[in-house]
Amino acid sequence: MSHSEPDLTSRSHAALGDPVLQRALGNATATFIERRRESVATVPDWQALRERARRVKEHTVNHLDYYLEQLVGRVEELGGIVHWASTGEDVSRYVVGLARARGVRVVVKSKSMTTEEIELNHALEAEGIRPVETDLGEYIIQLARERPSHIIVPAIHKTREQIADLFAEKLHVGRAQEVAEITAVARARLRQEFLSAGMGITGANFAVAETGTIVLVENEGNIRLSTQVPPVHVAVVGIEKVIPSFEDLSVFLRLLPRSGTGQKQTAYVSFLNGPRRAAEAAGGGAEGATPETEFHLVLLDNGRTRILADEQMRESLYCIRCGACLNVCPVYQKIGGQAYGWIYPGPIGAVISPQLQGLKEAGELPFASSLCGACREACPVAINLPDLLLALRAKVKEGGGEEPGARNTAERASMRAYAAMAKRPKLFAAVGRLMRGLGRLAEKGGRIRRVPFPPLSLWTKYRDLPAPPRGGSFRERWKKGEGKE
Amino acid sequence: MRVSVFVTCLVDQLFPRVGEGAVETLRRLGCEVAFNPAQTCCGQPAFNTGYRPEARAMAEHFVEVFERERADFLVAPSGSCTAMVRNFYPELFHAHGDERWRARLESVRSRLREFSEFIVRELGVEDVGARFEGRVTYHDACHLLRELKVSDEPRRLIRAVRGVEFVEMESPDACCGFGGTFSVKYAEISDAILREKLTRIERSGAQYVVANDSSCLMQIAGGLARAGSSVRTIHLAELLASR
Repeated sequence: MSHSEPDLTSRSHAALGDPVLQRALGNATATFIERRRESVATVPDWQALRERARRVKEHTVNHLDYYLEQLVGRVEELGGIVHWASTGEDVSRYVVGLARARGVRVVVKSKSMTTEEIELNHALEAEGIRPVETDLGEYIIQLARERPSHIIVPAIHKTREQIADLFAEKLHVGRAQEVAEITAVARARLRQEFLSAGMGITGANFAVAETGTIVLVENEGNIRLSTQVPPVHVAVVGIEKVIPSFEDLSVFLRLLPRSGTGQKQTAYVSFLNGPRRAAEAAGGGAEGATPETEFHLVLLDNGRTRILADEQMRESLYCIRCGACLNVCPVYQKIGGQAYGWIYPGPIGAVISPQLQGLKEAGELPFASSLCGACREACPVAINLPDLLLALRAKVKEGGGEEPGARNTAERASMRAYAAMAKRPKLFAAVGRLMRGLGRLAEKGGRIRRVPFPPLSLWTKYRDLPAPPRGGSFRERWKKGEGKE
Repeated sequence: MRVSVFVTCLVDQLFPRVGEGAVETLRRLGCEVAFNPAQTCCGQPAFNTGYRPEARAMAEHFVEVFERERADFLVAPSGSCTAMVRNFYPELFHAHGDERWRARLESVRSRLREFSEFIVRELGVEDVGARFEGRVTYHDACHLLRELKVSDEPRRLIRAVRGVEFVEMESPDACCGFGGTFSVKYAEISDAILREKLTRIERSGAQYVVANDSSCLMQIAGGLARAGSSVRTIHLAELLASR
């Protein structure tokens, strides 16, 4: 996944200054929060369900090699072809090679964060193969040549009016007045693409090891068409998506739609067991029949085993990509997904992106959080996101490491000085007295409206500072006897 | 009941009346209150900014100071500083060879309480005999709410104050945007989050915003003052001390 210049401060500044984006984000996140609250309330013991899901993920991730081998064995028994990919380039090479071998010119794609992560579309386009995003939100993003701004709602940052303009411009249709008109245009266009495509590419929400089943949840039916109409289906799946059994799946299928869109159940849930066989189409049993389609499972690492190797960070792999942490995050609510600069936004993005891309590249993200903890509360697998953000901050600073975009030297020096003072109470008190004395020089009417040097200048750019107390510090007043009985 | 207060560095240096309010309230409730001037900072600014060796040094000092306090409880007028010690210190002493430190830390952690948590859960008191005239709303500080799970206690204490008309704002549990060094590293985002909070405060019709963390209150007060609002901030300890 590529980085969009310039730094996070400038990107968020642009987002904060965009009133249309602010309105779209505010409305959408509020709606998703409300729907989630309502649908979660229908589960008698939501907390127990979360804990159970977390235990399943914990167990699976700790025995990932076992379950992946089981999954691969089952998929191959079903007649599927499995390819292991250690990087995004590996996936691209494999998919492009396959498409060429089958003479594929058009590929229909379902919404997949994994293929966004590895920028598969770029690789396909470079080889003259036309990828068509078939999820409505992704279709909009592809037309606009943008990147998704949310894990499950890629066009969350766009208003209906903007989309109507985009369709009119790119598809040469009349400007739609109603949402129904917009979707009708997309449906008509996409139907042709489904019929002409030589390959369908999807991700997976879950891969069930005991049966070799790829599970996909959706609301638009485009995944049904992407996997059933073209003669070749390729599922690009991160290795952390495997779960042991159908019994476990039942837990996640209750958690995912409620956490994501606030639905009790999505409109479609697809269970795909290897390639389609002739007898199936005829309504008979699949046993022994010759496959009439191809199914390829591409298992992607792309940095995931590195996360797996780090015990402290391992729970980042529990994520089921529901997007609930984005909606409740006060930072995401204000800057949206694109400002994060990497494909995964919000709290989980601030945890995953630096690990996949490296701390030098994306190390600024963990610092762009108030650590309020709303994300952890919303997470259906109870990932301790604030703790992971804190751990990443420590990794960035470890051994003199630099935080991208920060005033590193000054910050480190002041933290060291502060720590040294904190161990010497008399010095701490003396320096405090000095600082308060300086503060009083800047006071006007009980407030400090402007400090000319950083970091406090950044505070006073937006907010006032309190004037230092006139009667001295607590410890001074206590010593003088005001605290004594 | 013997109590030793950890006033926190912010209260000590900038908001001494909060510490005095806590002391006064606790004394009124019959506690014998001590203050050890060897205390400084819990190390949260360093910890939250990623400087763990520095945070560890401060944590060691904190443990050294408070393990010797002959008190039944240690009480702090801050959710985030209490959470730092109770929830995050273990991460600073988790290494092999830190066994002795962990035992010493335990004697401090097990006795440390946030101010409102202490009064309601340990003393079993809701009406502290305070009087305060005004319409009051309450801001849930994130660490107090989500790390310590304290949300009902402060509200009960506020409601029991004579003269107070308590009103809830919309989403009282939404972050104020402070976040420690986040407030200056990403000042513009911090301010954008703050403005949502200020809008909700204004809309509640309250004259006063109460919270149990001076850091949140500094952020909220800074925003209110800059906007020229007539709403005032007040720490719970000051509210409960008034009569």
